[in-house]
Amino acid sequence: MNKPVDMTSVTPATFDVQAARADFPILSRTVYDKPLVYLDNAASAQKPAQVIEAMTNLMESGYANVHRGLHYLSNSATVKFEESRKTAARFINAAHDHEIIFTSGATDAINLVADSFCADIKPGDEIILSVMEHHSNIVPWHFLRERSGAVLKWVAMTDEGDLDLESYRRAFSPRTKIVALTHMSNALGTINPVKDLIAIAHQHGVPVLLDGCQAAVHVPVDVQDLDVDFYAFSGHKIYGPTGIGVLYGKSSLLNAMRPYRGGGEMIEQVSLEAVTYGSLPQKFEAGTPPIIEAIGLGAALEYVMGMDRAAIAAHEADLLVYATDRLRQMNAVRIFAATPHEKGSILSFNLEGAHPHDISTIIDRAGVAIRAGHHCAQPVMDRLNVTATARASFAMYNTRSEVDNFIEALEKARALLR
Amino acid sequence: MPNSDTIERLIDDFEILEDWEDRYRYVIELGKKLPPLDEALKNDQSKVTGCVSQVWLICDRSDGPPLTLSFRGTSDAHIVQGLIAILLRLYNDKTPQEIMSVNAGSLFHRLGLDEHLSPQRSNGLAAMVKRIRQDASRMAETA
Repeated sequence: MNKPVDMTSVTPATFDVQAARADFPILSRTVYDKPLVYLDNAASAQKPAQVIEAMTNLMESGYANVHRGLHYLSNSATVKFEESRKTAARFINAAHDHEIIFTSGATDAINLVADSFCADIKPGDEIILSVMEHHSNIVPWHFLRERSGAVLKWVAMTDEGDLDLESYRRAFSPRTKIVALTHMSNALGTINPVKDLIAIAHQHGVPVLLDGCQAAVHVPVDVQDLDVDFYAFSGHKIYGPTGIGVLYGKSSLLNAMRPYRGGGEMIEQVSLEAVTYGSLPQKFEAGTPPIIEAIGLGAALEYVMGMDRAAIAAHEADLLVYATDRLRQMNAVRIFAATPHEKGSILSFNLEGAHPHDISTIIDRAGVAIRAGHHCAQPVMDRLNVTATARASFAMYNTRSEVDNFIEALEKARALLR
Repeated sequence: MPNSDTIERLIDDFEILEDWEDRYRYVIELGKKLPPLDEALKNDQSKVTGCVSQVWLICDRSDGPPLTLSFRGTSDAHIVQGLIAILLRLYNDKTPQEIMSVNAGSLFHRLGLDEHLSPQRSNGLAAMVKRIRQDASRMAETA
């Protein structure tokens, strides 16, 4: 891309952020006549032209239902759909393509595990969760608790915003059935030492589900190296479409599980008396799948894998450090989980004397989009003893000059609220 | 400094405030002038759900005749507090029938603040209007 490079946005890494920006059509728009500064990436990321085109092209010239018709379009759509599965398998280094289950999102993926893997759970059996979880990795387990009498055990968080490892170790008992933890906190950015956490769980013979919604975007994920049992992530946070997510599960576990939903495409034989189920992955994909979205997700994952991910990580780390420093210089900011052992590009903070609602409403007028609220992680808010935080979250296409705009808008908000 | 006690005055004041910054500053000032709500009154009954910020709203009736209603409210967010102040001006000391006939949307549109009244916006203003109208409708039945 021969675009002029904004020198303020040049980072120590070699990542060409201006070239990446050019891939995202929405970034050239304005909001209230100001250039859009989109810092709400942890909620949902914007989409590159490659994803938009893959979905549009499919609808314009390649669309039909998959796995069914013996006609040209159905066959070619099926090939593309299954290519996306292969891409997702490659993205997280799954041993087999059939270990990739397409779901409607990470929420759906976690509900699937809570429902199907834990179908035979007994009253008093235990599930280990952490107070750092997003509600999508809490509420499905509350459902399970309500219907089965299972007990939820909570891993505590340190003041630095790390999982408390002692509390984690203590949480295990002979009745522990599964551990469900976030790989990277959506509210704080903390990246958990998941390989160690999984090893500890496996010493107790307990499988682990990781919520990878944030981590899949920012951290290389190798499910075989992690030896993780289930891994869930959504499409829309990793530059792909909404309505699609992935549940990775080890074949041995998925094969032993009952189907989650019944319907077309997941069966082998249906008669008036009985039904036999299909094999993986169709067993867990009842009904017409989100075909367009799955192919869009494949395009998004190809897009990310086509980039230098280490350079993206360095670029995002630079943005996080730069924004953290600039926020600190304001001298009236509380940063949450400022110093965990490892942190992704999420910055959760509060401005003295201002509610996050005020901040986000005011800086919105400067074209700056951040999130204010509990971030669907109310136990985290309780732990921090606040009702809400403001959260700026960075993606590959953000720049230092956007951080400058963000800080300038914050200064203005502070002046207004004084 | 806002000193507008009436809606008409509020509209006049807003007309001379052209940019969003001045309007927000004005709204924030209105909020600061709102009498504080006793901590004991901030409870689950008075809490309005569905807001990013915390909002409490109390309905007081004065038997008259005619029976009229007044509201007290507060929020932990400055802008929301100011929006509450505007709502109270719109709804206070009115009979339930008058309250039901108030068109808050049209006022917020005239003030250039209508984006805040959208039910999709999670600032709770729409939830507050709904609560006020529910209170009025209930009082009208018991009157």
